[in-house]
Amino acid sequence: MSTDQVIHLEKVNKWYDDFHVLKDIDLIVNKGQKIVICGPSGSGKSTMIRCINRLEAHQKGTIVVHGTELTNDLKNIDLIRKNVGMVFQQFNLFPHLSVLDNISLAPIWVKKMPKNEAEDIAMSYLEKVKIPEQAQKFPGQLSGGQQQRVAIARSLAMNPDIMLFDEPTSALDPEMIKEVLDVMIQLAEEGMTMLVVTHEMGFAKTVADQMIFMDEGRIVEQASPDEFFNNPKSDRTKLFLSQILNH
Amino acid sequence: MSSTTIQIISRSKYYNWLVKNLFSSWVNTILTVIALIFVYQVGSFFLSWAIFDADFRYNFQGELIIDRGFCSKNIMPGEYGACWAIIFARWNQFMYGLYPIEEAWRVNLIYALLPLAIIGILFDKIPFRRYFIYFTFIFPFLAYFMLYGGPGLSVVGTNKWGGLLVTLFLGVTGIGLAFPLSILLALGRRSKMPIIKSLCVVFIEFIRGVPLITLLFTANVMLPLFLPDGVNPDNLLRALVAVTLFQSAYMAEAIRGGLQAIPRGQVEAAQSLGLSYWQTTRKIVLPQALKIAIPPIVNTCIGLFKDTSLVLIIGLFDLLGIGRAALADMTWTKLYYEVYVFISLVFFIFCFGMSRYSLYLEKKLKTDNS
Repeated sequence: MSTDQVIHLEKVNKWYDDFHVLKDIDLIVNKGQKIVICGPSGSGKSTMIRCINRLEAHQKGTIVVHGTELTNDLKNIDLIRKNVGMVFQQFNLFPHLSVLDNISLAPIWVKKMPKNEAEDIAMSYLEKVKIPEQAQKFPGQLSGGQQQRVAIARSLAMNPDIMLFDEPTSALDPEMIKEVLDVMIQLAEEGMTMLVVTHEMGFAKTVADQMIFMDEGRIVEQASPDEFFNNPKSDRTKLFLSQILNH
Repeated sequence: MSSTTIQIISRSKYYNWLVKNLFSSWVNTILTVIALIFVYQVGSFFLSWAIFDADFRYNFQGELIIDRGFCSKNIMPGEYGACWAIIFARWNQFMYGLYPIEEAWRVNLIYALLPLAIIGILFDKIPFRRYFIYFTFIFPFLAYFMLYGGPGLSVVGTNKWGGLLVTLFLGVTGIGLAFPLSILLALGRRSKMPIIKSLCVVFIEFIRGVPLITLLFTANVMLPLFLPDGVNPDNLLRALVAVTLFQSAYMAEAIRGGLQAIPRGQVEAAQSLGLSYWQTTRKIVLPQALKIAIPPIVNTCIGLFKDTSLVLIIGLFDLLGIGRAALADMTWTKLYYEVYVFISLVFFIFCFGMSRYSLYLEKKLKTDNS
């Protein structure tokens, strides 16, 4: 089992000044696992996955990704970021670059790939997210759902083996959520290791093999979806589920 | 038939505009009339002084004007306007300073090539832009060689340079050198490394807290005191250093404004893709930040271009310095207005050009993508 272990968080703590955001987080993610993380806002779920690719630094505990420990060493950080893709709530596409350039930028500059090769790869991922016809447009000309799919393609173009999703559908109009979730489901079926912060419980039921519920900087409950939805143990989880499932 | 209809419609459109904007009420009508009278008075006075009643090279008797005694207004006082002959007589000094006139073609060549050197930077959709940009990088060396001299060309010391040459040299070189420096300062000021950050903050705040005149004096008088004996950079170079430092501090603040407008998510997205700090800065942050910062950057450039005239206090003869030298010349005394109007016009042409360019860019950026 331990050879398959790709992410290992041990007693991770983080503070914003006096505010204790993450409290003794322990988490093991195995290769190919899909973990859905939910919890009320401010519970530290986004912060936790942002620590995994060092967009945030933790102050105590250890984070090991693919056997590389995250420290202040820039070399380790670069190594980990090359293998860990991330999709943001606000898409964060580069508005001054065309869709094709958005996707081929990192392969060209980080992997030093020749331009035409990088563009071929970019096109293949655009086909995968089903919008190859938008390649020459700029992000501002696309709908939110299309932008998020470009953002997913942009991450995939670096060929990561772990994908982090930070509330990928929260900024979308309801009718666009499905097109993004469909891409994510497809990705999950192909065996990608995924950590997804989301409140899309339908998606969680279809895809997740682990559910995590966080509150006030702690992992309150961690269980299989079946158990999590039908037989939650903590009262806090029960309350949260009743609120988001019956709204 | 239809053309008369159109005429009527367009005439009534015109008429409606007039009524709405100029004659909507009695008060408005009175203000409009007063304003028109004022504009007419000032305008007609200025035009008759500057053009209709003015002397150019010859006076009203058809004689070539060789000193102020020949100006029509000095022959028939009160009847005549400006005497532009001083500008013609001193044209070479206004353009080149004391540059040897047989070598002036070198300056002219550089004047002619200057637009070609900056066009590639100013406009992104011109044909062969890449070659224009190459030329931009060659140009400073070419200009140095042509203006100062070297193998095959006689050396013309910078103490001979003057007039528009000095104004443009300080303005263009100062802006050109300050630009990269200001980007580093702006990035440094936002750096997480405390020493770099405080160095940049101290530098920017110090320069911004001191008038340019003080910097010029410092560069001119104090610098030699700190340098070892025998190292004695020439006056123009000292002024250039002062102007460049001054401009870089202001430009850095303009660029910092642009940097602050870039959402944090842009940097995070670039980082999560594995781009290094410099790759993120070059490919993601700066292209967006500079776009936003262009209007304030051009603003500081206009300010600097005009401020170059302050170098006359450290004994350099820029356009204004040459003008004042011309006024001191006994043959042309008392022709203040002509000289200052001419100098203003030259400055205005350059600054107005920059201002229009900035407006053009703002419009272009608005209609561009995003």
